[in-house]
Formats: sequence, C-alpha cells, structure tokens
Amino acid sequence: MNSIQIQSVSKSYAEGTLALDEVSLELPENSFTCLLGPSGCGKSTLLNMIAGFVEPTTGHIFVDGHEVTQAGAERGVVFQEYALFPWRTAIENVEFGPMIRGLPRAERRTVARRYLSLVGLAEHENKYPRELSGGMKQRVAIARVLANHPSVLLMDEPFGALDAQTREVMQEELLRIWEQDKKTVVFVTHSISESIFLADRIVVMATRPGTIKEIVDVTMPHPRDRSSAEFVALEREIKRLVREEVAKLGVT
Amino acid sequence: MEAEAVRQPVAVSVAATSSTAPARISRRGLTRPTVMVLRAVSLLLFFVLWWGVSLLNAHVFKVFNPILLPAPDEVLRTGMKMAASGELLRHITASLSRVLWGFGIAAALGIVVGTALGRSRLLEHLVEPMLEMLRPIPPLAFLPMMVLWFGIGEASKVAFITYAAFFPIFTTTIEGIKYVDPVLIRAAASLGATERQIFWHVVLPAATPNIITGLRLAFGLSFFVIVAAEFIAADSGLGFLINDARTFFLVSNMLLGAAVIGVIGVLANVLLRKLEGRLLRWRSQARGQA
Repeated sequence: MNSIQIQSVSKSYAEGTLALDEVSLELPENSFTCLLGPSGCGKSTLLNMIAGFVEPTTGHIFVDGHEVTQAGAERGVVFQEYALFPWRTAIENVEFGPMIRGLPRAERRTVARRYLSLVGLAEHENKYPRELSGGMKQRVAIARVLANHPSVLLMDEPFGALDAQTREVMQEELLRIWEQDKKTVVFVTHSISESIFLADRIVVMATRPGTIKEIVDVTMPHPRDRSSAEFVALEREIKRLVREEVAKLGVT
Repeated sequence: MEAEAVRQPVAVSVAATSSTAPARISRRGLTRPTVMVLRAVSLLLFFVLWWGVSLLNAHVFKVFNPILLPAPDEVLRTGMKMAASGELLRHITASLSRVLWGFGIAAALGIVVGTALGRSRLLEHLVEPMLEMLRPIPPLAFLPMMVLWFGIGEASKVAFITYAAFFPIFTTTIEGIKYVDPVLIRAAASLGATERQIFWHVVLPAATPNIITGLRLAFGLSFFVIVAAEFIAADSGLGFLINDARTFFLVSNMLLGAAVIGVIGVLANVLLRKLEGRLLRWRSQARGQA
C-alpha cells in the first residue's frame, strides 16, 4: 500500500519561476526515500507541499488516502534549523505534541521520557535548547516528532548544519530509531553519500524546472559500508547524474 | 556583535595571566566582587562630591548662596523629619498608586492592541498610521488638555501616564508578535496545533522578551511623566512635593523629592530585572550580567 501519492504536482511562483513541473511519485508504506539534488531543484518545495506548508499550483498530494490541504500531526517534520521552542526544556519540547492532543500531564511526561531515552538524551531532559549542541538539538527534534506518532516523517536536510562526524553518527542513529519505530520517511539532502547510506530509494531531481531525473533503488543491506566497492560505484554513478544538473545551473 | 568579539580576547588573556583568576570572570576581565565594590564606590563618590561642593561653597569659596545647595546630611534630616510625620509616605503612595494604575492600564491596552495589530494586516494598516501620528508628540504636550478633559483629580494623572506608557508597550508587542520565527509556527502546526494553540503556545511566548522590554521602558517613562503631571495640578505626590517646596524656597525638600524618585526608580528596575530573569531564564545569560 502506498503511503504518499504525489500526482502531477507543479509549483510556480508569482514572478513566473516554475519550481516543480508535473512531478508524480508513489511512496510505499514504511519506505525510506531520499530526495536528492542541487539547490533549486525544488526538493524542499516538494517536501513542504507534503507537509502542507506550501500549496501546489496544480496537482494533488495524498497521504494515507487523504488529500493534503494543511499541516497535520500525522505528518511530522524535522527541520534543518531544529525549530525547537527555546522557552521549553528538552522534555517540554517533546511534550508539545502530546499536550496539543490533550494528554494529562503525567502521561505526556511518561511519553516524552520514553522518546528522549530512545534518542539517547534521557539525562538532558531539563536543559534548554541553548544548552544543547547541534546534534543534541536535532535528537530532541526527532524525539518531539516521534512522540506524536506520525505515520510519515518528513526531514528537510536535518543534518545539514552538523559537522561531518556528528552527521555520520546521526545517520546511524536515525536508522537505529527507524528500525524500532517504522515510518514512511522522506528525507531531503544534497549529500550523495548520505542518501546512499540511508535510503531504500533515491529520487534524483533535475533543475529548472524541478522534475524527477532518475529513481535509484538501493538494495544493499544495512548497515552499509561507505567504503565498499558497491557503495563507491553507486556514489560515482549518482554524482554523474547530479553533476549534469549542477552544470545546467551554470556558474556555481 | 563586533565590540563583543573584540572584548572577548581581553577577558581571556586576563584570566590566563592572573594567577588568582576566579571561576567567574565578567566582561572586561573584572571579577564579580570587584564589580560590586566599584559600583558601591561610584555611589559613595557621588555623595562625597555633593558634600564637598556644598561645604566648600558654604565655608571657603562662597560662589552662591549656600541655601541653594544643602549638604546630603541636611537632606537626609529633612527626609527623616518628613518620614516621621508620615508626610513622605503620603507623597510616595500618591505617586506610586498613580503610576501603578496608569502603567497597569497602559500594559493591558498596549499588549492587547499590539497583539491585535500584530496578528491582523487589515487592523494594522487601519490603526497604525493613526498611532504613528500621535507617537512623536511629546506626552507633555497633552498634559494641559488632559487636565481640562479629566479634571484636576486622579483621573487626569492616570490618563496621562497611560497615554505616555502605552506607546513603548504597544510598539514592542507588535514587533514581537509580527516577527516570530516562521519555522516555529510551522513546527507547531505539523505537531497538530490549531491556530489558537499556536497563538498561546508559540506566538505569545516568542514575543514575551519583546513585551517585557516594552514594559520596562514604559515603567521608567511613567515615573518620568508623573512628576510633570504633579507639578501642574496636584496636592500630593513627589512632583507636588518638589513644586510646593519651590514656592517656599525649601531646597532640601526639593532635593529630597528628587532623591526619593531616584531610589524608587532603582528599586523598581531591580525588581523588573529579577522578574525578567525569572520569566526569560531560557535565554542566554549574557544579558543578565550588566
């Protein structure tokens, strides 16, 4: 069964730019898809449309059979800039969704504790976001989304602001968490290695206008070895695809 | 930003070279006890200078009539006398209650109007130009009219303070509400929050630092204008005390009135900062040091 259906979706802006042109895509339940491409290919726009933040100019998006018209709790979003509420402690951030759902205080605390320990932050529950490192903030943000039990997890370059080491650790952590709490994941990135490490399926996007250039299925078993011959070969192949798109943009 | 970056290395180098460097080093490499001592010395120095000038004028140089500048101890004696008779407390209560009423009404109005205009483009364009036209007019320009409209009783003073204190609260509130980080609103919406929940749980807390700044500015301004209002039409209050003393050439009383306003201002600011520190404990501590 398909969890997300994107049916010939286009997005054009008032000044005439066509950000996305007739994109269609079906994402099966509990699949892990990476949207990959250079800046300006409309990958974030597509994610924002699934999230319900941006309306398609034409076309339709369905999640679990319902058309997307606005943001909703069944589609959790993790942002590159973390988007934690700075006036709430780590645990209070995770409690936000349960609080909105009207769970009693004690119960939401229990739920939030469970998810904070899932992301390995049980000991930092009373810290404010400013007291946490970038990687820790993103862990809190992931826990906050999962505590809300969404069926779909949308991630917009979630590790883009982290240093290389933290980034790799977070990729491994994300897979570990995803194994325990399966969801349909849509993950936007411009890192080829990141997409190969994480995804079942990589959607390589073309630029100007944004369209789907190629869909690459990754069948290597987890955990994937970044230095294996298969990994490197796939990396080279996808790099070639992305290079063509970067070249189209001219001077970079 | 730039000044901070320049200052930083200085603090670090002092900490590194001084053998007795304590754990808490504040800006410019001064330790906390040193700062406290310096601040106390500053106050002491003020009184010593005042005393010196007053004594030198009375006994050595005789530049002007010594009655015009009584020494601090004389002002203190006057203050104790007025405190004993209960008169000082009467003036303080009169001024304070006017300030609290006017400030309270202004806070409610400023936050409500600022929020409404920050939320609605339509209202903003309909109302803001009107307020922008009134804002540059010094509140004092309206004082005579306030007295005509609201009489010489309490109402005119409260209205005057309300008017003066409204603008800083309104301005900071509308800015705070309008410029909430949109990604926080998106995050809340995707966690299932409704429009109303987003307002109470995201927009309002995000705007709180701004609103508090406005409240602090407005509180200072309230004291600023009450004295002027009490000059014109009042039979109590610290402004009245000063103006009344002028009529009878009681310079000590005039200085006493001013000094009491200074003390109340300092105390009020300390209290408001404490409140701010508690409400905004989630923010970086860097600002609390000053």
